[in-house]
Amino acid sequence: MKKWQCVVCGLIYDEAEGWPEDGIVPGTKWEDVPEDWVCPDCGVGKEDFEMIEIG
Amino acid sequence: MTEQAPIVIVGTGLAGYSLAREMRKLDKEQPIIMVTADDGVSYSKPMLSTGFTKGKDANGLAQASTDTMAEQLNIELRTFATVTGIDTEAKALLLGEERLEYSKLVLAWGADVIRLSIDGDGFEHVFSINDLLDYRAFRKALAGGKRVAIMGAGLIGCEFANDLRNGGYEVDVIAPSDVVMPGLLPEPAAAAVQHELENLGARFHLETVVERIDRAEQGVTLTLANGEYVHADLVISAVGLRPRTELARAAGIETGRGITVNRALETSAQDVYALGDCAEVDGHVLLYVLPLMACARALAKTLIGERTEVKYGTMPVMIKTPCCPTAVCPPAPEADGEWHVEAEGSDVKALFRSPEGEVLGFAVTGRFAMEKQALSKEVPPLHQ
Repeated sequence: MKKWQCVVCGLIYDEAEGWPEDGIVPGTKWEDVPEDWVCPDCGVGKEDFEMIEIG
Repeated sequence: MTEQAPIVIVGTGLAGYSLAREMRKLDKEQPIIMVTADDGVSYSKPMLSTGFTKGKDANGLAQASTDTMAEQLNIELRTFATVTGIDTEAKALLLGEERLEYSKLVLAWGADVIRLSIDGDGFEHVFSINDLLDYRAFRKALAGGKRVAIMGAGLIGCEFANDLRNGGYEVDVIAPSDVVMPGLLPEPAAAAVQHELENLGARFHLETVVERIDRAEQGVTLTLANGEYVHADLVISAVGLRPRTELARAAGIETGRGITVNRALETSAQDVYALGDCAEVDGHVLLYVLPLMACARALAKTLIGERTEVKYGTMPVMIKTPCCPTAVCPPAPEADGEWHVEAEGSDVKALFRSPEGEVLGFAVTGRFAMEKQALSKEVPPLHQ
């Protein structure tokens, strides 16, 4: 399980937790997150997230 | 010599660093020099109005040190360097006595805050927050204070009002408009945001202006044109931004409201580009994150080899007022249509529909803010 961080606002998408508010179930890998999913905090797209070290 | 000159980027804000990051995805070796007037610490400007809500001070909002950025991006960074001119003929950036040759030059130096000239002796207590260094100074000055007056009820004024209330400060907002965020939000959405900010304890003094700011025993006293007085420890001036164009204009580069560029982000000067808050892209001056990121991606491709035009999609603006979550996608100024509003308390869904019923813009607040993505898909992109 990896974590991805929005380069704009710092929001973290944790694959282990998914993003249930948007229907993304826990355990959803980043590549399986829909391409049109956007950062819930600042609205940028998937391409503006970067993988971060597992904390 | 010239063909080996580096690509030079002026500015290490979100625009400059995002561009460098995108370029490195395409080319790991291309020499890049970044020049900045400040310390080069990486931070995200939109986050400056979220410090108290997120429990972060200036250090907390810093994302990476200058050294980390230089290493990660494999760039040479020149900090505290002031650009004094551009020699577009010889392709050199002037830093005082120094001439820095470039193969391509990118202007990503942002916008200046508009400063009002106000009578009185309290100007030392007035802060504009345009970058992380400003934010650091503001937080330092605020230490021990409790009351903040904000001049301006635009997006930044409202976001700071919410954030400072979340931090437990008394907040007074003073602005000449009769609604908050005029020109950005339709009236019912603006009223919802204002109402929720008032519920949170912020006080609004609209349709008036600050006439004087005078030192008081503690902090300052603001004299308003409507006869009211506001007492504050510190004043935030958030009355707007103006793209930085002077140096470009002095170098003979075409400017309008911003530095004029086409969709390939090319200025009127050969091998000089601009993006971010300083640029007027194909007639649009959009001081928001989404356009900036779109430009960074397109320009990175152009600089690394393949000339690429930016394509603006539908770009909603998220307004960071957590007491009343809000997203807006303003219709084009010349769009034909009218607002259709559905409202329940502070939950507002306003759709700007053409006579044919097509959604050309929207503003959503409260629980309707969740619909922003679905609505964005309905709005035609800026560039078809």
